[in-house]
Amino acid sequence: MKRWIAFWNILIKDMRAYYLKPPNISWGLIFPLAWTGMFFIKSGGGLEDILSLLPGVVAVSILFGTTSMLAVTVTFEKKGRSFDRLLLAPIPLELLMLAKTSGAILFGTVNALIPIILAAFLSDLSQAAWSSAIPAIVLIAATSTFLGLFIAVSVSEVFEAQTFSNFFRFPMIFLCGLFFPIERLPIFLRPIAYVLPLTYGADILHGAFNMRNTMSLLTDFILLVFFCAGLFFISLRNIKRRWIA
Amino acid sequence: MSRREKGIRTEKIPKLRPHAKRGLFPDPECPEKQAGNAMALIEVDRLSKAYEKIIAVDGISFLIHEKEIFGFLGPNGAGKTTTINMLTGLARPDQGSFRIGGIDCTDDPKAAQHLIGVVPDESNLYPELTGFDNLCFCAALYGMRKRERETGARKLLETFDLTEAGNRKFGGFSKGMKRKLAIAAGIIHNPPILFLDEPTTGIDVASARQIRQILAGLNDSGTTIFLTTHYIEEAERLCHRIAFIVEGRVVRIDTLANLIQPIQDKHVMQLAVSNSKPGLHAILSEAFPHLVFQALPQGVLRVEADKPVQVGPLVRFLEEQGAEVSEARKVRLSLEDVFVRITGIEVDALRKEKEKKGGGA
Repeated sequence: MKRWIAFWNILIKDMRAYYLKPPNISWGLIFPLAWTGMFFIKSGGGLEDILSLLPGVVAVSILFGTTSMLAVTVTFEKKGRSFDRLLLAPIPLELLMLAKTSGAILFGTVNALIPIILAAFLSDLSQAAWSSAIPAIVLIAATSTFLGLFIAVSVSEVFEAQTFSNFFRFPMIFLCGLFFPIERLPIFLRPIAYVLPLTYGADILHGAFNMRNTMSLLTDFILLVFFCAGLFFISLRNIKRRWIA
Repeated sequence: MSRREKGIRTEKIPKLRPHAKRGLFPDPECPEKQAGNAMALIEVDRLSKAYEKIIAVDGISFLIHEKEIFGFLGPNGAGKTTTINMLTGLARPDQGSFRIGGIDCTDDPKAAQHLIGVVPDESNLYPELTGFDNLCFCAALYGMRKRERETGARKLLETFDLTEAGNRKFGGFSKGMKRKLAIAAGIIHNPPILFLDEPTTGIDVASARQIRQILAGLNDSGTTIFLTTHYIEEAERLCHRIAFIVEGRVVRIDTLANLIQPIQDKHVMQLAVSNSKPGLHAILSEAFPHLVFQALPQGVLRVEADKPVQVGPLVRFLEEQGAEVSEARKVRLSLEDVFVRITGIEVDALRKEKEKKGGGA
């Protein structure tokens, strides 16, 4: 029980201190809106194109929202040494980092809902497979958050966290099949696409909104969970090696 | 002035449970070998830590008894913070072992974190939260319920004279207020053991004095305190036992009474002498064989003896030698002198560090 009091208060503190601040709320709204508008205009099509754009916009909104926020906040706290206070708390490191990342996962999930709500006004989403879309959104948010954690643990300055985040994010957007099908990528780039976690999240979302997934949903989910757990445990190991050295 | 403020310790440190681990201090050179049968709350055995090629802590061993204030005294870079980091779970030792409250924490640095409170050398609270919220958050990290947290936070804000500042953001606090709140955050969960890393460094005299009084009060109510400092007078005022640490090694551990015992019967005078001719030191030593003379900078002559120094004959002799004596004053020997004798580190070096850190305590 005591551990869960700590967990809950870390989550609430982060939500209040970082995620519910006006700049982040506006970022959470404007960013998905800008992406939706940009791809909608670029497609040159009508409202019927919204469903084909939706998986990409949802995934990118989550990816950018979570990785930036977590990488920056953790690096900021580590630099200001307030992260040491968390490390001194008598709670297991795994639970502590789950508490620290839960805020970003929630933030990413809420970010994903914005383009979906917008799309619901402009298009018919009654055929969407929510049973796979919602778990996929949560898993993409968790994987992206843990990617942010991995980045945060690998750098020491806030600006390094931003730069390092982009190093992962931009190639991921263009190689994961969100906007360009993987089959149309040059052959030497295809192996890279399959080692990106977002490839599997995007495939589930394509299946959920357009029934155009290229792999089985089970494979997608298993690999996404694998990436999620892998990034989390690598980050934990790095924290032990670098921050409790 | 309390007995503690005068540096007089008469209370007996209570004995606790026996060592759970046999042979904890097998090294015959271990300064705490004599304490081998005593009971300890913190047991450190040959702990070492290196950062790349720099040895920060080099095989230190010591015991800290319950309800004791244990001072860790040394210059910057001596290994004080590294030792605290290892004992509190923020760093892993390369070698050696340690137990806190009977729990072996060598392989699991988090194992005894529920027993300790930590006040680091730099305030590590959240600048965006208010003083009150910071305290409540720190209490929550130890699993305290909302009502307990809020009551405890209010009480501590009052104790530390921070009630009015409690609703202001921590980022806007003065340095002294930040230190006080950091200490409050370290004790809000009532830990039986408190680690303090240079608690009064860089703050004003009044705040430092208040912090020392609070620490003495905490100790009186049963908290065991591990205190690192490079303020010798602070260690002298607060600590029951003191370890001198230099370049990662503990060079001496003893009670304050034992440490100052060799100098207790010494009498020291300092004379301000001008126009002294060369070779005066040798002439003086010959004329007054029972006195020990030492020439200090800026024409100060230090005179040490086992009996009170007779100033009259000495001044007359100096004037006969053509020197002028403008001032003569008695000097009270302190732990500072013991520190210099044992470590060979001039106290001036510590003072410079103090100034560098902006200290006024």
